[in-house]
Amino acid sequence: MSETTVILNAQAIQRALTRIAHEIAERNESGTDVVLIGIPEGGVPMARRLGAILKEIWHHSVPVGTLDVSMHRDDLDQRAAPTVHPTIVPFDVTGKTVVLVDDVLFSGRTTRAAMDALNDFGRPRRIQLAVLVDRGHRELPIKADFVGKNVPTAPAEKVHVRIAESGTTDEVVLEKK
Amino acid sequence: MAWNRKHLLDIESLAAEDIVTVLDTARAFKAVGERAIKKVPALRGKTVVNLFVEPSTRTRISFELAEQRLSADIINFTAEASSLKKGETLKDTARNLEALNADFIVIRHSASGAPHFLARVLNASVINAGDGAHEHPTQALLDTFTIREKRGKIEGLNITILGDILYSRVARSDIWALTKLGAKVTLCGPATLVPRTFEEMGCRVTHNVDEAIRDADIINLLRIQHERQRKTMFPSIGEYTTLYGLNKARLEKIKPDALIMHPGPINRGVEIDSEIADSRRSLILEQVTNGLAVRMAVLFLVNGGKGPQEIAAN
Repeated sequence: MSETTVILNAQAIQRALTRIAHEIAERNESGTDVVLIGIPEGGVPMARRLGAILKEIWHHSVPVGTLDVSMHRDDLDQRAAPTVHPTIVPFDVTGKTVVLVDDVLFSGRTTRAAMDALNDFGRPRRIQLAVLVDRGHRELPIKADFVGKNVPTAPAEKVHVRIAESGTTDEVVLEKK
Repeated sequence: MAWNRKHLLDIESLAAEDIVTVLDTARAFKAVGERAIKKVPALRGKTVVNLFVEPSTRTRISFELAEQRLSADIINFTAEASSLKKGETLKDTARNLEALNADFIVIRHSASGAPHFLARVLNASVINAGDGAHEHPTQALLDTFTIREKRGKIEGLNITILGDILYSRVARSDIWALTKLGAKVTLCGPATLVPRTFEEMGCRVTHNVDEAIRDADIINLLRIQHERQRKTMFPSIGEYTTLYGLNKARLEKIKPDALIMHPGPINRGVEIDSEIADSRRSLILEQVTNGLAVRMAVLFLVNGGKGPQEIAAN
């Protein structure tokens, strides 16, 4: 059996999301040009939750989309084909500030794939990155703009994020090998 | 479920979960085709050989476009203009293509089992685009995709396949795919073209067309394969049309929401009335659109099936 530790519980996740939302609001003032795009799977409910908090801060709704990055990955011939999730971007991203939302930032390759995938939908004014957990071990020059928690990890360890739209059973677990 | 196959040779050897994986993946690729930019870099730097030893238009064009939309490099090889005409064997042709570092070979061949043979002798991934009267797996996957998209499920549906079953690779692949997913499949056509032996594949066989289509949710029409046929199979095209063609009189007896499919090319006025082919019930053109998405999904999945089966963490 591998050893697991809860590193964020439901309350801590909600606090982290609230703080990230306020940081997004601080960086982007009125927020009229901000759209949130979640990366499946964990980034999707997280983006919706951030959107709900930002709506209270800005008093207007924030468009939320879903961007699957599996067709833009750089390791497609080195692994079993990833599960492809639907991409739903029902708004124009051109000229917008796109906040990419992912649950865990690790090598940075998913973020690179997301930026490439986003290219096919238009030319955003700028792209920012929000993550719940930054676990280190970057393989690309990529850095998050908004981080819920920095978690030092060993490369072989796994970070499991359970996050739902309701939020009651959320947790982030570190699995040691 | 993770896909771990390097080739797509037939439907018979697939598990129901494999079929569902293809259909789910194809749904995402269909959405790609609806965007302003319809191309993704999934097969960038990969080379695909389309080895069409038997003539094909729609399947070849569909594969070609699927490959282009995945950013692959493409070599088209047809029997009419190739060394096969000069007596080269299939194995030598394929080995030469592989010497060009082809990563995928999409093969259409008149001999059943040709794709399986290539998969044994080559390192490339092999995709069966139709082998003799054996199988046409991507057609069955696109048919299944189309039915699931329209009806939300396959399980429990009454699906009638009408026409030349004996010589049809589409029928064999469709029967495998649909029965694996729990459909109730009925086969109908002249006794010479729909022998009782098909009951062993888990379908119902009838030679009475009105009975075959009465309770059908989906009626899948197959073309009379003139090129594979001996003259003795049925008296004349005219008689076939009268006895088994889908015409307006027969249409009045089917379920009000029954849908009509055909893998193409259609023989208007033979197996299907022209007006029915163009009607609201007809899914024929949607099958073409879905074929593209399904072939993109298959190429995407077999590409991953070559590597180690580790799913990267995070």
